[in-house]
Amino acid sequence: MIKLKINGHDRTFDGDPDMPLLWYLRDEISMTGTKFGCGVGLCGACTVHRNGEPIRSCSTPMKELAGKNITTIEGLSPDGNHPLQKAWAQVNVPQCGYCQTGQIMQAAALLKKNHHPSDKEIDDAMSGNICRCGTYQRIRSAIKAAGKEMA
Amino acid sequence: MSIENLTQENLNRRTFLGGVFSAGAMVLAAQLLPEEAFADTNEYHGKAAASALRSSIYLGLEPDGTVYIVTHRSEMGTGIRTTLPMVAADEMEADFSKVKIEQGIGDKAYGDQNTDGSKSIRGFFTAFRESGAAARTMLVQAAAAQWKAPVTECKAQNHEVIHTPSGRKLGYGALASAAGKLPAPKPETLQLKPKSEWRFIGKDSKIADMADICSGKAVFGMDVQRPGMLYASVERPPVMGGSVQSFDDKETLKVKGVSQTASIDPFKPPYTFQPLGGVAVVANSTWAAFQGRKKLKVEWNNGANASHDSEAYKKELLETARKPGKVVRNIGDVDAAFGKGGKIVEAEYYVPLLAHATMEPPVAVAEFKDGKVEAWVPTQNPQAVQDTVAGALGIKPEDVTCHVTLLGGGFGRKSKPDYVAEAAILSKKTGKPIKLVWSREDDLRFDYYHAVAGMYHKAALDEKGKTTAWLHRSVFPSISSMNDANSMYGFDVEYGMGLNDMPFDIPNHRAENGPAKAHVRIGWLRSVANIYHVFSGLSFADELAHAANRDPLEYQLELIGPGRIIDFKSQGVANYWNYGESYDKFPFDTKRLRKVLEIAGERSGWGKRKPGNGWGLGIAASRSFTSYVASVVEVEVDKAGKIRIPRSWQVADVGMVINPDRVHSQFEGAAVMGASIALTGEISLSDGRVRQSNFHDYPVARMNQAPLQTDVHIVESSALPGGVGEPGVPPFVPAFANAVFAATGKRVRELPFSKHKLV
Repeated sequence: MIKLKINGHDRTFDGDPDMPLLWYLRDEISMTGTKFGCGVGLCGACTVHRNGEPIRSCSTPMKELAGKNITTIEGLSPDGNHPLQKAWAQVNVPQCGYCQTGQIMQAAALLKKNHHPSDKEIDDAMSGNICRCGTYQRIRSAIKAAGKEMA
Repeated sequence: MSIENLTQENLNRRTFLGGVFSAGAMVLAAQLLPEEAFADTNEYHGKAAASALRSSIYLGLEPDGTVYIVTHRSEMGTGIRTTLPMVAADEMEADFSKVKIEQGIGDKAYGDQNTDGSKSIRGFFTAFRESGAAARTMLVQAAAAQWKAPVTECKAQNHEVIHTPSGRKLGYGALASAAGKLPAPKPETLQLKPKSEWRFIGKDSKIADMADICSGKAVFGMDVQRPGMLYASVERPPVMGGSVQSFDDKETLKVKGVSQTASIDPFKPPYTFQPLGGVAVVANSTWAAFQGRKKLKVEWNNGANASHDSEAYKKELLETARKPGKVVRNIGDVDAAFGKGGKIVEAEYYVPLLAHATMEPPVAVAEFKDGKVEAWVPTQNPQAVQDTVAGALGIKPEDVTCHVTLLGGGFGRKSKPDYVAEAAILSKKTGKPIKLVWSREDDLRFDYYHAVAGMYHKAALDEKGKTTAWLHRSVFPSISSMNDANSMYGFDVEYGMGLNDMPFDIPNHRAENGPAKAHVRIGWLRSVANIYHVFSGLSFADELAHAANRDPLEYQLELIGPGRIIDFKSQGVANYWNYGESYDKFPFDTKRLRKVLEIAGERSGWGKRKPGNGWGLGIAASRSFTSYVASVVEVEVDKAGKIRIPRSWQVADVGMVINPDRVHSQFEGAAVMGASIALTGEISLSDGRVRQSNFHDYPVARMNQAPLQTDVHIVESSALPGGVGEPGVPPFVPAFANAVFAATGKRVRELPFSKHKLV
C-alpha cells in the first residue's frame, strides 16, 4: 500500500508498484489533464510536481512516491488563474493545446525559483518539453509576462 | 469542449439533405432549410438543430437568446472551432458571449468534414456567413411584423433588432420563435454585411477552449472515458503487409490487469485506411496493456517488403531521377536549350520519409452495441471514420456515430482512421467499450509516412547568367499507393504541389515524374509534396543565383518574372490541380508572389550584412493552398557545427484574414515544423522495419532549436481567403538550407542537416 498526496488530498495505491504515476492519474483516478506523449520522459507532456520539483510522471513509478506531495495541472491553482495560466491566455499560447499542461507545469517550477529568467534560462528549463505545433516563442513570452506578475 | 458536455453537444444525424451536400463534396453555400426539414431527431440531436430558430444546419437560436453554432471541422490547433462560429455570429449581429459552440458528429449532411488541405475557411466562409445573415434577416422580418413596420426601418445590432424611427428594440431571444416560423430566405436574396460593419471578422479572437486547455479540463481523444471501458494496445506486423503466423500469449495473460488477447486481421491490399493487423492486448489500464504486450511472443509472416532498405531505395530513387520520366509540364525545348551550351548546373536532392509525430499519438474509444458503433475520436475526418469502421465490421456507415474530440495535433495523420477500426473491432470482440492507445513507438513505426523523394535538377544559364532552361525530375512513392497496390507514379495532387506549378518564367522548362513503388504506407503530412518539391526547387534556384554570381533575392524575382496569371494549360499541364479550387477564383498570380518576397526582403534587412563566417540569411517563396508565402531564415553556425536560428520572417498573402492572431500562430508554428524537417526529420528502414522508435532517434525541434523569434507579416488583401495551416512550411525549409549555405558555404541537398558536417 502506497500513501501519497495528490493536489493536497490523501490517496492510497495498492496496484502494480512499477506502474508510472501517469497511468494512475489518468486511468485510475480520471485526472486527464496530465498527458501521455512518449512514455519515456522525452517530451514533457506528462510533467507534474513532486514536492514542488518537476518530474515526468510517465517514467516515475508509484513505488517511488510514498509520502510524496504530487501537484498536477488540476491542482496548480484553484480557479485556473495561476499567473502562468493567465499569461498563457493573454498571449494566446495554445494551438492544439495537448502539450500545454505539461509546459505550464514545467514553467511553474522555473518561475518559483526565478521570476526573471533570461532566454537562456528559459531554454534550459523548457527544452525538455516538446510542442509540435510550434508555440515556443509564445511560451517564452508568456513565461516572462507571468514572471513579472509574480515578482 | 469539456468532458461533461462532449456527448450532449453533438448533433443529430440526418440523411434527408440532398442537393448541395454530396458525399465528400465541399459545400460552397449554406443550405437554408424550412422548419419541417428538421423534424427528425435522435439522441445525438444537438441544440443548434433543435432550436426555435434554425437558419441552417450550422446555426440555431433559442428563446433565451443563446445562439448555437456547429463547427463541423476538426480542431487540431488552427482555431477553426472558434473562427467559423465568429463568421456566422458576425453576420448574424450576435453577441459572441451568447454563442455556444457545438462540435458536429461525422455526418455527410454537414458537407465535407475532412479537415485537411488548409480548406476549412476556403470552403466554408461563405456558408457560415450565409447562415448568420439568414438568421439576421429572419429576425428583422419577425420584428418588423410585430411592429407592423417596414423591414427597411428595422436593423439588427448586437443581439437586438431596432426600429430606427421610434428607437424601439426587441432582443433576439424574444424574436426567436416568431422568426423561426418564417420561411428561410434564399441565399441569393441575402444581404451580407459590408466589411466596414464587421465586428469579429478580421479581428483577433481567443480560442473557445483556452481556459479548458490551460487548466487540464479540455478533452482530447486520449482523455475520453466510458463506463466499463477497457484499454487495448496492439502488436502490429513489423513489416508493412506482414501478418501474424502464430502467437503465444501465456505470459501476457499472467500480467496483472490483462483480461484477454485478440487478433486483428491484416489489411487486404491496397492498404487504404484498414488496420495493419496484429495481436491486441486488452487490460484494465493502458499500462497493463503495454506490459502485457511486452510479454507476447509472435511469429510473423513478413511478406514482400521484408528486404526493404532505405539506403538501397534512396539509390534507386536517385538513379531513376537521372532517367527520363513521365512529362507533367513542358515549355519550349529543354534538350535543345541544353545542347546550345552555356553554363550547365545540375544537382540531386533527397528528402527522407517523415513521420507526423502528433503530440497525442493515435487513440480512439469505440463502443460496439446492438450492431452499431459509437466512437469518440481525435479525427480530422469523421466521415472516413464512419466508412472505415463500417467496412471493418460489415455494418452500414450510418450505424457508426463518430463524436469528434479535440485533437492533440493532426498534420494529416488523423485523417486516416485505421486506429478507430482497431478499437471498433476489439470492442466487438470483447463486448466492452475499448480505448485503443498507440504508444509513441507505434506512432513512429506504423505511420502513413510523408513520402521519401529523390529529385534531379538541371539548368542552363546564358552568358548574362539568366536561366534559359530547367529540367526538374521527381521520384517518390505516391499517396495513390493507398488505393492502388500497383501504383508507380504520382498524380495531379502531388504534381500540383511544386512540380508542375513552379512559377518561374523560363523559356524552356520540363517537369517529369519517375516511377517508384511504395514499401511503407504513404500519407499526407502538412503541406505534402510541397515539402520535397519546394525544398529542392528553391534550393536549386539559390544554387543558380550563386552560379550566376547574383543576389539570391534579386535572382528569385528574376526567375519569377513579371506579374502575371500563369497559364498552365498552354504549358503542357492538362489538369492543374490548383488545390481543388476553380482557377478563375484562385489563379496563380505571380504579382502576389513577388510582393511577399519583396516585403520579406525589406523586413529582414536583406542584403545589409555580408554573409559568411557562420552567419547568413536565406530566402525562398512559394504558393501553396492558394496562399503566397516568403520565408527568410537567419542562421548562426558555431565552430562545432551547431546551428541556431536567432530570427525568421514569414510574409504571407493568404487573401482575406478572418482571425489574424490564429493566422500568425499558424505561420509561427510552420517555421518550427520546417525547422524540424530540415534539422533532424528522418524515418529509415532496414529489413523492412522502421529503425526509429521515440523522440531520441526521431528528434523534433525543441525550444532551443526552433527560431528564437519568428516575425509574421500578413499582407493586407481583399482576395478570397486562402489556406493558412500548411503554406508556411514549404518555403521555410529551402530558406533555411539557403541560409546555411550563406553562412558556411555548404550546400545541403539531402535532408536532414543532422546527417552532414557543416563546418
